[in-house]
Amino acid sequence: MPSSIDVRLDRVTKRFHEVVAVDDLSVDVEQGEFFSMLGPSGCGKTTTLRMIGGFEETTAGTIYLGEADVTGLPPFKRDVNTVFQNYALFPHLSVRENVAFGLRRKKVDNAEIDRRVVAMLELVEMPGYESRKPSQLSGGQQQRVALARALINHPKVLLLDEPLGALDLKLRKQMQIELKRIQTEVGITFIYVTHDQEEAMTMSDRIAVMRAGRIEQLGSPEELYERPRTEFVAGFLGVSNLLGGSVVGRDDSFVSVRIADGTVLRAPAELVNGSATVRIGVRPEKLRVTPIVEGAGPTPADGGLNALDGTILDASYIGVSTQYLVKTRDGHRLTVYAQNLETGGAAEALADGHPVRLTWQPQHTFVISVTTLDDGRTPVQTEEGAP
Amino acid sequence: MMTAPPTAKRRRSLRARLGGLLLPGFTGLLLLFLFAPIAVMIAFSFNDPAGRQNITWQGFTLRNYVDLWGRSQITDPMVLSLVVATISTLVATTFGTMIGLALTRYAFRGRWLMNLLIFIPMTAPEIILGASLLTLWISLGVERGFLTILVSHIMFNISFVVVTIRARLVGFNMSLEEAGMDLYADGRTTFWKITFPLILPGIVSAALLAFALSIDDYVITLFSAGRTVTFPLWVFGVSRLGIPPEVNVLGTLIFVTALIFIGVQLWNARRADPSTRPAGPVTVVGR
Repeated sequence: MPSSIDVRLDRVTKRFHEVVAVDDLSVDVEQGEFFSMLGPSGCGKTTTLRMIGGFEETTAGTIYLGEADVTGLPPFKRDVNTVFQNYALFPHLSVRENVAFGLRRKKVDNAEIDRRVVAMLELVEMPGYESRKPSQLSGGQQQRVALARALINHPKVLLLDEPLGALDLKLRKQMQIELKRIQTEVGITFIYVTHDQEEAMTMSDRIAVMRAGRIEQLGSPEELYERPRTEFVAGFLGVSNLLGGSVVGRDDSFVSVRIADGTVLRAPAELVNGSATVRIGVRPEKLRVTPIVEGAGPTPADGGLNALDGTILDASYIGVSTQYLVKTRDGHRLTVYAQNLETGGAAEALADGHPVRLTWQPQHTFVISVTTLDDGRTPVQTEEGAP
Repeated sequence: MMTAPPTAKRRRSLRARLGGLLLPGFTGLLLLFLFAPIAVMIAFSFNDPAGRQNITWQGFTLRNYVDLWGRSQITDPMVLSLVVATISTLVATTFGTMIGLALTRYAFRGRWLMNLLIFIPMTAPEIILGASLLTLWISLGVERGFLTILVSHIMFNISFVVVTIRARLVGFNMSLEEAGMDLYADGRTTFWKITFPLILPGIVSAALLAFALSIDDYVITLFSAGRTVTFPLWVFGVSRLGIPPEVNVLGTLIFVTALIFIGVQLWNARRADPSTRPAGPVTVVGR
């Protein structure tokens, strides 16, 4: 079944005077999808959301909702609703009138409005709160009312601008699960803006990691985590160990990369776009640490695993895991998260200063091509970029 | 050493007692200073003076109140002042609100100039404004009277309204209007359903201020009045011959009216904002 497109941004640019907030951005959001825009502040994610909502005009480009071009339409003529960062509940109106606001504008009859308000407050688990004023609600409750006020209109797309930002950690976790449940229940496309990578990973079907007004990488949470294509994405979503090197060989599925200390490591071939100079990376939890026993000689890298030797700089026990800092022979520092499967003896063997070997599956290696631009386009030629 | 603590204690308690008396005493004196003239004014509105001088207490009477309504030389200026104050308040509040909104919302050419011009009537001495207006009326050849008084009152009232409204709008959360638009309300509906109810307390304060400023303005009015007599002009006129008790009567009536207004506004504010209500048991709604 081909999924239809709910929101399409076609080469959208937004400039505030000299500052380019959103830079030639194109993206398709599919119907029923939980789509997140993730990035640090100033990356253009909120501006993009506000352009979809109609609160900012585009400098260039076109915005489609379904088939319709809505680029020039004011917010009240767009079939989208927004959950604002500070909720923006109307302080002079009761919860009932806040939630009913959109339906009243659409001239839905009163009995129908009453029925839908009650049903919507059930959905967000706020039944019986109709006559409260927003000032009498807690932050989490205001959040739910804001959600109800937007969803009751059955918009084509729901826009959420860091809606959990003002809540404390525990409530935020709870609301993440709630939001995902509600989204699944109502089947409306959600476009969610956040700077919290964990929040985005927990809820999203797809995430667009944004930086400087562009999409740095777009994909499922797993794709972004396991196969980041840029250093920025690798660093923004969790911890990563990066090593520079050059491609020295290639077979059907893997390329061999010689890193600075002379070790040859293998990485999936499809991740290398033909450039000779690359940076390869691996997530800390993919690494296994084994002590090198003196006098036993170098153990062969068995089973086609990548192997890299170093010494332990620091080992910190943090309950669920132990975090090691390992220094390679050429001075790189790599982070390792090892699950605490054994206790006692293993810890002693991996004390500070002990020589160790790090091993990992070659397919867990990801590749950041040095000559690839941040947005993954083919770069203009630079001196180091000869393919 | 055994005697020192009781002495220190006694001294401290004496100081504490003096300190405890000082603040209430000072506050009481200040209140007396503020309200004694008003009390005297109210008391002497019931005086029954022998001649035109209403200075010494002669005896209690209600005649001053009863007689007031038949004497047009007293009631006419009062009615005129009320009419001028009402119309100038309505006009100034309407335009002042619009200007206040424009100045806080939009960046437009000449906004800084507008901001400056709005402040001039507030900061310039009244006598200068009055004299300038007089020059204006004469050079335009406008006959001075009701209309010129009204125009000058609207002029200075607008400034005060704009400043009051603007203060209210500074803390206004713009995303509330965006939320209105997001929920299918066009610009006009958003204004009447969201913005207006939220800034209404500010508009009401501005209107009350404008009314109060207009009804007792003397200096500017004098230059624009010609031979028309407003209430302050009449009071000043008769006071040169000795203040009759009617002045006290009208003063008392204005004071009582103001008290009623303030009372109603306080009551409204309490009703509208539950946070100012004294803490009480919170009812839990829900299941």
